[in-house]
Amino acid sequence: MDVIETDVVIVGAGGAGLRAAIAVAEADPSLNVALTSKVYPMRSHTVAAEGGAAAVIKDNDSLENHFNDTVTGGDWLCDQDAVELFINEAPKELTRMEHWGCPWSREPSGHVAVRPFGGMKVERTWYAADKTGFHMLHTLFQTSLKYPSIKRFDEYYATDLLVEDGRCQGIAAIELRSGQMRVFAAKAVIIATGGAGRIFPFTTNGGVNTGDGAVMAYRAGVPLKDMEFVQYHPTGLPGTGILITEGARGEGGVLINNEGYRYLQDYGLGPPDPWPRKKAMELGPRDRLSQAFWHEERAGKTVATPHGQAVHLDLRHLGEKKINERLPMVRELALSYMGVDPVFKPIPVRPVVHYMMGGIHTDIDAATPLAGLFAAGECACVSINGANRLGSNSLTEILVFGGRAGRGAVEHVRSGGKDVDRTAIEEQAGEAQKRVAALFQKADGTETVVGLRKEMNHIMETGAGIYRSKESLEEACKTIGELRRRYADVRLEDKSNVFNTDLVQVLELGSMLDAAHVLAHSALNREESRGSHQRLDKTERDDETYLKHTLAHYTGEGDPRLEYLDVKITKSPPGERVYGGAAS
Amino acid sequence: MTEQTLQVEILRYRPETDQDPAFQTYTVPYRDDWVVLDALNHIKDNIDRTLSYRWSCHMAVCGSCGMMINGEPKLSCHAFLRDYYPNKVRVEPLANFPIERDLVAVTDDFMEKLESVKPYVIPQQERAVDEGPHLQTPAQLNAFKQYTMCINCLLCYAACPQYGLTPDFVGPAALALAHRYNLDTRDAGREQRQEIAASNEGVWDCTFVGECSQACPKSVDPAAAIQQTKIASTIDWYKALLNPWGKR
Ligand SMILES: Cc1cc2nc3c(=O)[nH]c(=O)nc-3n(C[C@H](O)[C@H](O)[C@H](O)COP(=O)(O)OP(=O)(O)OC[C@H]3O[C@@H](n4cnc5c(N)ncnc54)[C@H](O)[C@@H]3O)c2cc1C
Ligand code: SF4
Ligand code: FES
Repeated sequence: MDVIETDVVIVGAGGAGLRAAIAVAEADPSLNVALTSKVYPMRSHTVAAEGGAAAVIKDNDSLENHFNDTVTGGDWLCDQDAVELFINEAPKELTRMEHWGCPWSREPSGHVAVRPFGGMKVERTWYAADKTGFHMLHTLFQTSLKYPSIKRFDEYYATDLLVEDGRCQGIAAIELRSGQMRVFAAKAVIIATGGAGRIFPFTTNGGVNTGDGAVMAYRAGVPLKDMEFVQYHPTGLPGTGILITEGARGEGGVLINNEGYRYLQDYGLGPPDPWPRKKAMELGPRDRLSQAFWHEERAGKTVATPHGQAVHLDLRHLGEKKINERLPMVRELALSYMGVDPVFKPIPVRPVVHYMMGGIHTDIDAATPLAGLFAAGECACVSINGANRLGSNSLTEILVFGGRAGRGAVEHVRSGGKDVDRTAIEEQAGEAQKRVAALFQKADGTETVVGLRKEMNHIMETGAGIYRSKESLEEACKTIGELRRRYADVRLEDKSNVFNTDLVQVLELGSMLDAAHVLAHSALNREESRGSHQRLDKTERDDETYLKHTLAHYTGEGDPRLEYLDVKITKSPPGERVYGGAAS
Repeated sequence: MTEQTLQVEILRYRPETDQDPAFQTYTVPYRDDWVVLDALNHIKDNIDRTLSYRWSCHMAVCGSCGMMINGEPKLSCHAFLRDYYPNKVRVEPLANFPIERDLVAVTDDFMEKLESVKPYVIPQQERAVDEGPHLQTPAQLNAFKQYTMCINCLLCYAACPQYGLTPDFVGPAALALAHRYNLDTRDAGREQRQEIAASNEGVWDCTFVGECSQACPKSVDPAAAIQQTKIASTIDWYKALLNPWGKR
């Protein structure tokens, strides 16, 4: 098997992976970086982020505000030392992006402009029109081309971490062009593989967001943290799940039910001012808005569309000029994919699975408990997002913790010293290869990727959706357990080597099933309601028992073993989340 | 009522078994809100697991899914079946690139060209983070904004007759991105980029057919970028000629 020797290997070339690669190159240009990704970097799903990235830069704002909005938004499940560090580094990271050429939208004076996002006391979201993630990703990708020490391996699908002697020493990955397995031998590994929204049927996440990296770490013995917390974004287009950015509400868009009524005022989010009041109504936090939809739907106050129930996002009062200037992408998406021009008609929207708060357990230096392994971005859980991420924190998070992961890896390579055990990791990669080869040799697989995926999607939505209960979660745990067993009989239909997307989908399904398994079990065991995790049978937050992070450990074929870890509270004791008029 | 259907004719090529690419026809359900990518996903999920193509975002922003659709370069996630129905749709990999497999094109050439034009800020002087962001007025931003919108989908390369004839041509998107940085007030790297952009394989190969700008799904207008780069290089040339010892 071909072995690629390098100092640091990064899995994933989205925002977090690229930022990590640049951090390594800047900290020590003599270290070689192998940047692997199953798609070309600019196809990574960071590209789809629209609204913006949060960091305190204006005089009317303060670090304390950002801290409080984040911790309150997270329903006190955030680690406060991590949040503190995050908000401090945020302005620096976004400034660096500015120096690298990110086309941030500007005020007439030439200063960077900011806009309000849901759950924010003061507007602090930097934006590049409504294509912020796209511009950030391309800026990072193009900037990365400047560093000769970064070598890209585009369209490599990573399958396994190679761990020997208690240290992570590389990865095994399939080069899609040839179908050949390669070993990347490295002293440090950074995982930056993004989210896992595809375990649900209706999501804003791209086809690539299948949780591979988190599950790779999990299978290698690293715990997954807080996987029960899944953020629904309140405004997705029915059918496709395409996101209509919160920026649309930040600019003044309102949500109305089938009676033309701004229903959010009935859910403790009023008063219904005609202008966008911070932390109120349409600018309330995402979990609350998605939950309000659920109640409206049950009360028969939603609008039927060919793709299920919806409410209306009304932008008409903003006028054509403002819509074109501030929300061009929203208009374009609504026109193309819904046939609705928001200048003249309200856009049908419904809650859609958007973001995984949970992920690979890391400390504030992006280090995992496994020596030599770092993780950053949506696949990781530091945790700054707690039980509900504050909108526009994660584009900043991928920079802050991507950078820290890169610098941490450099530190580790320099001080770790020990050499890679080539024989041992090649042997392990050989095992990984055998598992893939077995798929090719098996003639009689009885299960199909599509069948299993559909069943998984269905049970996750019904069992572990916006509202959950003991029964629904037990059902989800049971079904996912069965699906995992049935997966052993999955059939690979395409037996060729070159760019085999059937194989990729088979492997991705394996990742998704493990991620779904952890999610369902973690949710079942958390007998309280907090942030995005709402239980109909346990409607209160229970700080006594659950002011803790869930840590799920892999046990092979069995259920995950769950442990709990105290949340780090430094200065903000758990309190009530206050939104609406009382908050501003 | 019987379900409405549509025929999709796809150019298949599996290098391990096929001598030459050949068309294969599939029948898919017709839905007026489906795009060609939905039809491909339907085929992959329900008819033929061996079909390969690239996609991810399904919202015309990741740039993965460029293909020839009825002979025109398009994003398959933004090409609606309703615009073809009831006629059949013919899908081929992007023109002017080798085929890796089925609808997957080999695009290494573009990646190299993009890298060659140094598409990043080359500052006059490094700026420390403590100095804060630069000032850049909305007008200064607008001067290059359009050229930042490129999603690297390569539809313009598939449309460009010149790239088809002289593969050394740097090509529309890469030249547009070089121009994007040249116009950015934060950048001072034009001279370095000009070596490539104004070389024989650079702007001079372009004959201004303008096909690239027509194909572009993001209104980047690479033809305008190439035109402006040409003018700028001509001015450089005259300046050097008239004032050979002066500072350019
Ligand atoms: C539609 C949408 C809008 C959003 N808007 C906002 C916003 O306005 N503000 C905000 O803060 N956040 C927003 N978010 C969230 C934010 O964009 C993401 O959390 C963030 O971009 C994730 O970045 P990442 O680098 O962690 O992952 P990604 O960008 O998803 O990158 C993951 C990388 O991992 C690679 N990879 C995955 N598996 C493998 C494997 N097996 N082998 C090799 N490589 C692999 C992929 O190829 C890819 O390169 C939005 C999210 C979505 C979906
Ligand atoms: S210039 Fe337009 S057509 Fe060409 S790659 Fe960029 S977005 Fe695509
Ligand atoms: S799938 Fe992303 S551009 Fe078409």
